[in-house]
Amino acid sequence: MTPSQLGKLIAGSAVAALLALVGPYVRAQTKPKVSFVYVGPIGDHGWSYQHHQGLQAIKAAFADRIDTNYVENVPEGPDAERVIDQLAASGSSIIFTTSFGFMNPTIKVAARHPNVKFEHATGFKQAPNVATYNARFYEGRHVIGLIAGKMTKTNTIGYIASFPIPEVVMGINSAYLAAKSVNPGVKFKIVWVATWFDPGKETDAAKALVDQGADILMQHTDSPAAMKFAEEKGIYAFGQASDMAAFGPNAQLTSIVDNWSPYYVKRVKEVLDGTWKTSDTWDGIKEGTVVLAPWSKKLPDDVVKLAEAARDGIAAGTRHAFTGPINKQDGSPWLKAGERASDKDLLSMNFYVEGIEGSLPK
Amino acid sequence: MELLANILISAMIAATPLVLAATGELVAERAGVLNLGVEGMMIVGAIAGFSTVIATKSLLLALAAAIAGGTVMAALFGVLALTLRANQVASGLALTMFGLGLSALWGQGYSGLSAPAFPRLYLPGLTEAPFFGKLLFGQDGLIYFAFAILAAVAWVLDRTRLGLIVRAIGENHDAAHAIGYRVIAYRYLALMFGGAMAGLGGAYLSLVQTPLWVERMTAGRGWIALALVVFAAWRPWRVLLGAYLFGGITILQLHSQALGVKIDGQLLSMLPYLATIAVLVIISRDAVKGKLTAPQCLGQPFHATA
Repeated sequence: MTPSQLGKLIAGSAVAALLALVGPYVRAQTKPKVSFVYVGPIGDHGWSYQHHQGLQAIKAAFADRIDTNYVENVPEGPDAERVIDQLAASGSSIIFTTSFGFMNPTIKVAARHPNVKFEHATGFKQAPNVATYNARFYEGRHVIGLIAGKMTKTNTIGYIASFPIPEVVMGINSAYLAAKSVNPGVKFKIVWVATWFDPGKETDAAKALVDQGADILMQHTDSPAAMKFAEEKGIYAFGQASDMAAFGPNAQLTSIVDNWSPYYVKRVKEVLDGTWKTSDTWDGIKEGTVVLAPWSKKLPDDVVKLAEAARDGIAAGTRHAFTGPINKQDGSPWLKAGERASDKDLLSMNFYVEGIEGSLPK
Repeated sequence: MELLANILISAMIAATPLVLAATGELVAERAGVLNLGVEGMMIVGAIAGFSTVIATKSLLLALAAAIAGGTVMAALFGVLALTLRANQVASGLALTMFGLGLSALWGQGYSGLSAPAFPRLYLPGLTEAPFFGKLLFGQDGLIYFAFAILAAVAWVLDRTRLGLIVRAIGENHDAAHAIGYRVIAYRYLALMFGGAMAGLGGAYLSLVQTPLWVERMTAGRGWIALALVVFAAWRPWRVLLGAYLFGGITILQLHSQALGVKIDGQLLSMLPYLATIAVLVIISRDAVKGKLTAPQCLGQPFHATA
């Protein structure tokens, strides 16, 4: 390649990148517009798919009173800022940005558009026109941890993790503590794939974990590839974000399903009523945001009873996934006996609890 | 030992879509066509194969459909870049975006469905052998096919008249034209071979490796294949080396984590691109230019002068 060709390549890439961002078209409109930004494709059958289900619920609830649009496959990082800015500039009334990595772009764009309302999923930065919302997925992971601890024969659970952010770390800790509480010999093998969505790599990770003795798979990535692999191998797995039973009719024991619809409908109604205010919402099993998919027929009655007791206890507030005594991985004490983790502690969690092997990537 | 064999098998599986796609792109580039649409051709091959296997239950038909899908995509690029002489870089990027969109549209309704398992080679006596048995004699047919096609490409390019013509067109299309070779026709052929291989590479992902259909499931492998061609300095066997190195590193990285050895995944994800940049820097130096250079007419539109 000559330098001039290389120059063309760079110029061409820049033009293409710009073109990709002009995607959501602008049109004159009078109805409030509700916009969504997704990190993956709506066909991922996981994270983005569930948010898109929420958009469908909004459409169903307010049919002709609002307009909606969405942009999918928006990479986390500087590109996100331009996409969000473009949506804000083209007349959106409220914009839902549905991935952790959209946090800083959302805050930046919100400062430039004080009349547009923003809702950022899973983040921790608010502003007068930026609300945040999240789901207590760790509650679901507590339940699947109990099931995994009971169901494993090799005492090895494989965990496919994405990025070492508090959200993912608390999921691992929650599942591990629950599994260990019913099976003291259980071990977690954790593989970080450094992506939310790459079916090929997620399969490779699942394969690596099974090759090393795992007989139950958990995942914190977005595609159903690991479930599909578990089905083929004849082992068990837990779905993530969506009910993945279609990919693993025999493999799926249950799935932690994100149900954003009630929250979305409520917030859009507040926009229409003029009562929308910034807030920080963290709902879980109790509010119906975290739902466990129907139990597999392969679960023995006593395991189902155990899981249901845990689920109902969490909903009633009598049980918490992080109840002391709990030590950090290095042996230093974290929670005293009977003490429950504060939300602040959970949202900044950057350590493994005692008993998990390996070190947390930085 | 069994774990080591499993790691090697996984590495071969991870490398095969890259070998297929990069081999095809290499042929196109040796003929002087720079097609950045590999990702788009792969993903169309992936859904073409997957939808066909669901409809017909035949894996052979599915592979044929994947080849056809990739070839049609490449032909489309040919119309733009060769016949209409549009800028190849821009056309290639457009082809990738078009392919991603088309496959998403085509794939609606196919996620959640199951493809039949891909058969693996079984040779009594050999396949059961410890360690090397499954590794050498127990893989799916496409892995062996990838080796065979690479060997064929290397032989044709270096040892046959056809290969000489293709290379001549890639190095100096005006001279080749003056001698009487039909530059555009050969370029179409090379390009469509590239499309066929990319389609097959994509189908490997949706039919063998995962096997399922999810939107955007190629997840950047087309770009890695492009990088591998540069890394290989346009030599076929080095494509194999690069792809296996890359597949091996990816898999080893996952296993080392499960074993509790710490390596940064992000660092390893950068490696193929770092290697590509290093190769680009080296080949831009005059001293080694003669040995390791890109085809001289790569990416240039051809105007027949007489």
